[in-house]
Amino acid sequence: MADRFPSPFEVETPEGAEGWQEMYTYSSMFSEARRDFDDSMFWFQDGVHWPNVLTPWDATLFEFAISSLSQYNTRHLQVPPANGIAFRILNGYGYLSPVPADESTIEQRVANFTERAGHYFMNWNDLYDNWMVKIRELVGELEGLEFEPLPEIEDAESVVKAGAGLGSGFALQDNYHRLVSLSLKLWNYHFEFLNLGYAAYLDFFMFCKTVFPNIPDQAIAKMVAGVDVDLFRPDDELKRLARKAVESGVAEAFSAGDVEATCQVLKGSTEGQAWIASFEESAEPWFNFSTGSGFYHHDKIWIENVEVPFEFIRNYIDKVQAGEDLNRPVEAIRAERDRVVSEYTELLGSAEDKEAFEGKLGLARVVFPYVENHNFYVEHWSHSVIWRKMRQLGETFVKEGFWAEPDDIFYLKRTEVEDALFDYFNSWATPEKPMGPAYWPPIIEKRKGICDALGKWKPTPALGEPPEVITEPFTVMLWGITSESVNSWLGGGDAAEGELRGMAASPGVVEGLARVIFSADQIGEIQDGEILVAPLTAPSWAPIFGKIQATVTDTGGMMSHAAIVCREYGLPAVTGTGFATTNLTTGQRIRVDGTNGTVTVLE
Amino acid sequence: MSSVMWFEGYWHGLKNEVGGKGASLGEMTGAGLPVPPGFVLTTHGFRASKEASDLDDQLAVLLADLDTDDTAMVAERCGKIRQAIEAMAMDSQVEADLRAAYDELCTMSNAERIPVAVRSSATSEDSPDASFAGEHDTYLWIRGGDDVVDAVRRCWASLFTDRATCYRAEMGYEHRSVEMSVVIQKMVRPISAGVAFTLNPSDGDRSQICIDSAWGFGEGVVSGEVTPDNFLIDKVMFEIGRREISNKAHEFRLTDHDTVEKVETDEERANSASLTDAHIKAIAALAKEAEKHYGCPQDIEWAIDADLPEGGNVVLLQSRPETVWSKKERKSVTGGSNGDFMASIVSTLMNPLHAQKH
Repeated sequence: MADRFPSPFEVETPEGAEGWQEMYTYSSMFSEARRDFDDSMFWFQDGVHWPNVLTPWDATLFEFAISSLSQYNTRHLQVPPANGIAFRILNGYGYLSPVPADESTIEQRVANFTERAGHYFMNWNDLYDNWMVKIRELVGELEGLEFEPLPEIEDAESVVKAGAGLGSGFALQDNYHRLVSLSLKLWNYHFEFLNLGYAAYLDFFMFCKTVFPNIPDQAIAKMVAGVDVDLFRPDDELKRLARKAVESGVAEAFSAGDVEATCQVLKGSTEGQAWIASFEESAEPWFNFSTGSGFYHHDKIWIENVEVPFEFIRNYIDKVQAGEDLNRPVEAIRAERDRVVSEYTELLGSAEDKEAFEGKLGLARVVFPYVENHNFYVEHWSHSVIWRKMRQLGETFVKEGFWAEPDDIFYLKRTEVEDALFDYFNSWATPEKPMGPAYWPPIIEKRKGICDALGKWKPTPALGEPPEVITEPFTVMLWGITSESVNSWLGGGDAAEGELRGMAASPGVVEGLARVIFSADQIGEIQDGEILVAPLTAPSWAPIFGKIQATVTDTGGMMSHAAIVCREYGLPAVTGTGFATTNLTTGQRIRVDGTNGTVTVLE
Repeated sequence: MSSVMWFEGYWHGLKNEVGGKGASLGEMTGAGLPVPPGFVLTTHGFRASKEASDLDDQLAVLLADLDTDDTAMVAERCGKIRQAIEAMAMDSQVEADLRAAYDELCTMSNAERIPVAVRSSATSEDSPDASFAGEHDTYLWIRGGDDVVDAVRRCWASLFTDRATCYRAEMGYEHRSVEMSVVIQKMVRPISAGVAFTLNPSDGDRSQICIDSAWGFGEGVVSGEVTPDNFLIDKVMFEIGRREISNKAHEFRLTDHDTVEKVETDEERANSASLTDAHIKAIAALAKEAEKHYGCPQDIEWAIDADLPEGGNVVLLQSRPETVWSKKERKSVTGGSNGDFMASIVSTLMNPLHAQKH
């Protein structure tokens, strides 16, 4: 068994991907200029959030997200042991490496962290309420950005005579700057709370593991998990719409064929029109929901791909008509959570431990709604708007002849979009022919070819020499990367032939046929009773969780969104197996043990 | 008045009619602790049979001038009394009730002539009879109505052991008013058996239930002659967190002559799990109930009875307090640091569990 992964400098460029480095910012690359550092670190591929090749513009959100995380650890909160997370792009995939804080600074950091994080914990609810206001304002601002083609001449009244001194040309560029700036702001907000939330959760987790060394991880998650979680709201809305369709007698419309045909039928009756109005009401904001992690422009978003929610609704209608109760048994979930808490409390030895248990659980429950809900507001809702607005800008460039498809814009780096806008603005101002229509198409064409070639490359799960023990708490919680998983990537570990090991993310043991899918587009292939095997799952896959028996993913930890959703839906899940989609094939009979984190091939 | 009380029918008002052992089994059954099924032949059985016979007259004669210092005389007289009781005709209604109850036990077990244990049960724990109950009062592997009737009479006869008789005489108790009930309980024919602790014996974790299990009788597990399968179950979530299947090279089995023998186990059986998940969870539930009932961590013996239907075949043989961890002082893990939540969070981040484990 190997004891290290390849050095980033040993990894070869896949055939046909030569020149991939041009697609990304120079500072995001492994480089001879800092080879000492790059070679001294252990890097893992972040398949939880970025399982696919990053197109040049999509790399923006990768860079903004990780740098915002780092900034909070290092400069805002001074998390005592952890500095930020270094990131690099290699062959189109994102790699991360946590950077520990310098030992000599720890004392000072502890004092700073205690003061700064302490303030957040003591004022959590007020600060969180304010976060909700900030995030909604941010989405509002994003929604307000317009990217229309520039006018032949500016309007006399609203522009010239109003004395603004500024016009559409400035606004177009400014709006793009603002979109980039708001994206960075969004990721700052994202990490304002997140690591603190995890820290409080970890503290409760650790207390539980100290008093009850054998307590299942899921038991701890269950005690903390919220009952009314915004992340489950989109699915709840689908169920509500399915019930409404049945109750108001318009369910028949969903047998009419595609979305257009269905809507045609619906529009023909008052009840149908009311249903459409109700759908539209749910859609904003709840169907700003991505079928992927939300980090890729090509992830489908419900509100823009109405066939996706319609298909889910149609399935739910079948269930309603079969007499099934789609309501989440909220009271039962709450009662079960209370039972679990009170039984563990009873098992504690001293009044002092009971008090500590209650205190830590209390804090964990205060902070946890953020951990559960932020995903909807950031990766789904806000990102949906960002992709929509970018596409609108892409469309404008198409109209001006810069390139052929609106989505081609994502093959430009964020700084290159600025260049293209300036080219457009300047050629409009002069007027003269813009350079872009000649300049960009061959570049875009070439980059598409590179991305295709990179997409066929299976990224190595890690780079460099792993530390003896993975101790960085967030790495374990968020990414599910442990000493065990690293060992299993290296081909060692104690996993037997025909067995995969991962995180025991949601309890239970089931056997069934595997269905391996690689993207949300394949969701329709899943048959009743199968076991879903995927690189990762998104919260928006929840509607199919009523069909499947269990979930196995390549990536993800205890707190990954897949894990949270599986626990909510009571499905066994093993996450972070590394190789499930490679080693398993559709139709294979497998056993998933979500309690112990193993997947066994039975035949 | 019926002379039979099934364990399920017990309530504390019946204590004097069923004796200490019968009351304890009734109480456990009522508390959801599934002891092997059975019933008590209440004190009414002995009383009615005695009244229907001339036993009291015989007692009057044989005990009239008993010299308790004369051991030869005591042995002779008590021997005669016991013979008389063993030969005494049982009251016909009592006998009919007893046989009917035994037959019902057979029907429940879906087999004929099922083996039972017949045990005397003294009427009250502080009565002098109680001091002597247990001398010659347990008969195992009794099969068939006739043998059950005989064993019951032998239990009754054990009221007149030499020691018990002398003790009563010295204390001035009336021999004629002694009472006895008899417990008739199904013998377990285990598919598998073993022990369970309501904590993890390796680290004292009270949130866990630890089960050791092997094929056949539990003797091998208790004595250590068989390396048992081991399971660890979370007491609250009922998740099976650990399952270690051992090579169980031997098992203790029932012979055709109702004795227990140690035999070699074939390899496939030796290496397969001696419990299903449903059994594991049922045993854990049983152990948890026992701990709740007795108010402290328990060390139980259990068996899966081959004669009882699936879903109701896990039986509790014994429950006693766990002694190792229960005696240790449970130190608070917080060490008085409650209140300073930031110190705790900092410590969690500085010294994460993943690092401590290794």
